[in-house]
Amino acid sequence: MTETPLLSVRNLSLGVQRKGRATTVIVDDISFDVAEGERFGIVGESGSGKSLTLRAIANLLPAGVKVLSGTIAYRGQDLQTMPAKSRRRLAGQEIAMIFQEPMTALNPVMRVGEQIAESPRRNLGLSKSAAMDLAIDMMRKTGIPDPAHRAQAYPHELSGGLRQRIMIAMALSCSPRLLLCDEPTTALDVTVQLQVLRLLEQLCEDTETALVFVTHDLGVVNQTCRELGVMYAGEIVERGRVKDVFADPRHPYTKGLLDSAPDFDQPDRELVAIAGFPPNLADRPDGCPFQPRCAFAVEHCATSRPRLAAVRPGREAACFETARIFEGATA
Amino acid sequence: MTDVTAQSAATGQQAVLRVANISKEYQLGHGLFSRFGGAQKTSLKALDGVDLELRRGEVLALVGESGSGKSTLAKILVGALNPTGGDIHELGLAGDAGSRRERARRVQMVFQDPYSSLNPRISVGSMLAGLLRLHRVVPPGEVRAESIRLLNRVGLQEDALPAYPSQFSGGQRQRLAIARALAVRPDVLVADEPVSALDVSVQATILELFRSLQDELGLSILFVAHNLAVVQHLSQRVAVMYLGRIVETADTSEIFSNPRHPYTRALIDSIPRMSADSVTDQFEVEGEPPSPINVPSGCRFHPRCPVAVDRCRTEDPGLSPVGPGHASACLLAGELPAYRGGPELKEER
Repeated sequence: MTETPLLSVRNLSLGVQRKGRATTVIVDDISFDVAEGERFGIVGESGSGKSLTLRAIANLLPAGVKVLSGTIAYRGQDLQTMPAKSRRRLAGQEIAMIFQEPMTALNPVMRVGEQIAESPRRNLGLSKSAAMDLAIDMMRKTGIPDPAHRAQAYPHELSGGLRQRIMIAMALSCSPRLLLCDEPTTALDVTVQLQVLRLLEQLCEDTETALVFVTHDLGVVNQTCRELGVMYAGEIVERGRVKDVFADPRHPYTKGLLDSAPDFDQPDRELVAIAGFPPNLADRPDGCPFQPRCAFAVEHCATSRPRLAAVRPGREAACFETARIFEGATA
Repeated sequence: MTDVTAQSAATGQQAVLRVANISKEYQLGHGLFSRFGGAQKTSLKALDGVDLELRRGEVLALVGESGSGKSTLAKILVGALNPTGGDIHELGLAGDAGSRRERARRVQMVFQDPYSSLNPRISVGSMLAGLLRLHRVVPPGEVRAESIRLLNRVGLQEDALPAYPSQFSGGQRQRLAIARALAVRPDVLVADEPVSALDVSVQATILELFRSLQDELGLSILFVAHNLAVVQHLSQRVAVMYLGRIVETADTSEIFSNPRHPYTRALIDSIPRMSADSVTDQFEVEGEPPSPINVPSGCRFHPRCPVAVDRCRTEDPGLSPVGPGHASACLLAGELPAYRGGPELKEER
């Protein structure tokens, strides 16, 4: 525990600042660590801030969204205060990202082999031919049939599954230590999704690459990650081992999410939706952000804000009433 | 292939919609280059001889990967596309299956993306009123009352009438799309991936709404989906499509516990499970679905099939019965090993 984690996000807040208007906080004071070789999943619904968190780590925030406070440290170095040049080098070699939509993330007018070779040439200083050999080798590792020939193809000539493999080959070409994945399989068919998830898992295991995996699919996170953070309205509301959290949620939102998702292994369980809507981020409630929708809310939930706190070793939840709600019910 | 009819007669359930040997081809190669180059004309077979029946009051799920033809079939059923070959029979519907307008009224569609399927410039009230007037569903004086009744039916309130689609969330928009489909009092609802654009917590409420429509209005629903966990929750029967064909059809619990086509097994094994790591490696498939422009010879699944034998490369199996209400298009359907990847039935949480 005394070791410096690979990635350490501390009290990170992201938001939009506009002149003459109040700042809209989108991600509010979140903290998490990712150790070497760890696989950390972030789940949440649309608008929960999960993708923005990932983009903040990759330094790819959309125009207008700023880091309001907090630090993102990679091997103990704060990414925001380091010179732009070193951060770029880090982003090429140590940190890589895989995007959701492989069609829009690849350059349509450049052969895929060259796209994969670009980063090794720049970052590892390989010659053109050595970089292309590496690219073809990466394509083979990601299970692309006939890689030497496919390297000459343009993205539009490839299927969605192959394009996503190209993205993975590109991301892994410089052997990064940290791989950021933003819903990498959402655009794929289920049989192909399984292949891609297996591939990611196997490649990360072989090279001991750490993974931060953002998804809305509870099944996918269960199949890929070991640790989990559940985000709601820009906050991490629960954290722990995936299996523990799924088996025994300790935050009413996590429980609501699990109860509303159809589980293939429990076909007769009734689906219970979460009542109400996520809060408008421009007008955050004072207390717990989940309080307006929470069936267990008591008076002080509306006025004071619960912080992520340990409920037992390795588990944290941001709920005042977690002991009353869950320990009574699950004992 | 005609046993399907006999089966429904045996179970005593009435079919409301039946398609026989439906095919849909698109001619390719009409581009500028091929006109000069004289390239051979090719065709894309989106549907290749599909038989399917929808029974009264059931939810029939149509599952398959992209390019399997499930959306094409849905569009043909609502009359938005004309098939290249085959017949559509509407059976046992009240009244006379006459005019085009009457046909359109009977089979209504709910689309995948509620953000693009509603006209942003028409208010909810005028959207519903327009339909009610066009189809003369109620006398002119009752249009408003009927609109309110429809909104209430899908869980919205009267105050939605003057609002525009942009004022609603995704889940609410899908409710509006359902209200629009219900306005003309259809017998059949064709829903093309109606929950895949929604968040899980919202998805549950829409699934609940579909179930209540089935229970309370006796609607027959064709539910096109790719999420098998959703299908398992909602539907009574499942038809699995692969490359323009139906490869297996059975009752929901039967198909998930005893799938008799390797593709169905692969689909079930690919579900990312929420509990346990119960995925078995038995039926993992290689590669991706081939293009419908170039359908493999013999059984169309054989290049990806883990159990294919020589015969599969030459013989094209049709859908044939393998049990009560259960049909599979696999030459080896009878020889597949017992399936162990089905739901691990657990106690409720």
